[in-house]
Amino acid sequence: MRDAFIHTLTNLAPHHPELLLLTGDLGFGVLNDFTARFPRQFLNVGVAEQNMSGLAAGLALEGHTVFTYSIGNFPTLRCLEQIRNDICYHRANVKIVCVGGGMSYGPVGMSHHATEDLAILRSLPSMLVLSPCDLWEAAEATRYLVSHRGPAYIRLDKSAAPIRTQPGEKFEPGAIRTVREGSDVTLAATGGILAEALLAADVLAEQGVFCRVLSVHTIKPLDVETLAAAASETGGIVSVEEHAVNGGLGGAIAETLMEAGVFPGFFVRMGLRDTFSSVVGTQQYLRKVYALDADAIVRTVLTRLGVDENRSLTVAAQ
Amino acid sequence: MTVAVQMPNGTHALARRIRTHALRMTSIGGGSHIGAIFSCADILAVLYGGILRVDPAAPDDPARDRFVLSKGHAGAGLYAVLAERGFFPIEKLLTHYQDGSDLCGHVSHGLPGVDVSTGALGHGLSIAAGMAYAAKLRSAPHRVFCLLSDGECDEGSTWEAALFAAHHGLSNLTAIVDYNRLQGIAPVSQVLELEPFTDKWEAFEWAVRELDGHDHGALCTALSGLPFVPSKPSCLIAKTVKGKGVSFMENAVLWHYRIPRGAEFDAALAELEGTA
Repeated sequence: MRDAFIHTLTNLAPHHPELLLLTGDLGFGVLNDFTARFPRQFLNVGVAEQNMSGLAAGLALEGHTVFTYSIGNFPTLRCLEQIRNDICYHRANVKIVCVGGGMSYGPVGMSHHATEDLAILRSLPSMLVLSPCDLWEAAEATRYLVSHRGPAYIRLDKSAAPIRTQPGEKFEPGAIRTVREGSDVTLAATGGILAEALLAADVLAEQGVFCRVLSVHTIKPLDVETLAAAASETGGIVSVEEHAVNGGLGGAIAETLMEAGVFPGFFVRMGLRDTFSSVVGTQQYLRKVYALDADAIVRTVLTRLGVDENRSLTVAAQ
Repeated sequence: MTVAVQMPNGTHALARRIRTHALRMTSIGGGSHIGAIFSCADILAVLYGGILRVDPAAPDDPARDRFVLSKGHAGAGLYAVLAERGFFPIEKLLTHYQDGSDLCGHVSHGLPGVDVSTGALGHGLSIAAGMAYAAKLRSAPHRVFCLLSDGECDEGSTWEAALFAAHHGLSNLTAIVDYNRLQGIAPVSQVLELEPFTDKWEAFEWAVRELDGHDHGALCTALSGLPFVPSKPSCLIAKTVKGKGVSFMENAVLWHYRIPRGAEFDAALAELEGTA
């Protein structure tokens, strides 16, 4: 997703001379092409995320479209007050880019895992929050951000779901994408972990359980219509996110549906439950450890539907 | 570069009006930080009395000089000087800090002449550096001024911004530190010593001058000769007295938070108006 982002930005930069890319000294080997071609539109501000965010606000107030780029929590939590006061309060045209959403940086450790970012960033007034699931969404979201005015956050996963774009499909910010139709259960996922939901849907389909799979690429504003339809048209909703369940996608769906007065048959939030990811392992391994992989999704759905788990096939057995 | 300088009588009167307005504003609304406002009243008077190229008739003019009050708790002082310069009616000042007013305790934008909202310390210099970098990018001749407190030099982000500004040679950026040596609840010397302060800024590759922050002539001379060094950002360390202008508020940490009311208000006003 990182490459899809920077590739798109590089293509757009010459058409948007006001566009600036700021990095907190990260992106080794990734930003070279952009830097070489558009040196006036690039700034490595050093390992100083607070200053990067304040600078971005100042530059944006002077008419620039500013992207701040770093990994994990560095462009968000480290400088949260600058984002809140300097960027959001002024509605400054700053786009915050997190490379390595969720547990993308697996064995690097919890310091580099971004697992509370969606909850925190979506609480900020005027902040748009995007979390694409595949390379197409990442590129389209980036393209949208270049023209969008105001504060935004985009979380880029290292993993990516397979692209399932329909011919002629257009990226609609704020609208949930239905990537697989189904009427038994809804799997609502955000980010690359949508791949696990799709895999689970394949397994469940073989058992006669047909899942609707939603890519919630925009966490804020949340598409209440599509969620309400899923709640009433399918048996229940399972949210899947590589993120804390508190305040993330699951929390946002619960708030939205409760307020809309629409209640799904059942609702399960799959994500990190009041824990840090302290185990060493790849992103895939950690998804298994924290019960966020396709296997866990299948088990969760079958349990909720009252299907005997012993009869169920697991992904591993496929 | 020519700078229209009205010196020094006009700015002294302006400084006195800033102080009396701020005294009334904090008293009526129950706002605090009067000591920190008095500390920088002379700096604000000199800046708005002739240094800053700003026009109340065109507050958003892209060619204007930018001013960031990083010590946002001195907001009443900024509101006072803006009203005095005609950015908005003086009557508005007395709504400060009260229900429904748009003059909040810490500076908030949305008012003519206010470029940036502040209040959390250590933010202003980064924003100002961003504005200065943007001006450099398009070779715009306007300048960016940022007024800091000494207390906010405790913040690491201030020094992140200082590194950046020097690295990029932001000679269009001037930081003025209101160096009154008293921070929120105790003297700098007891909290986190900043000395050798000039050396620190110089080590960060800023061009530094020290002066008496209540000496209008010195302030005007220094601020008329920017940048101090052609390729460097400029830092003016203004040695000031917290609570300056009212004898019982001077150098008293109490008046960072205390609200001037009753007999204290009357005595302070009498001193400022020279009728004590």
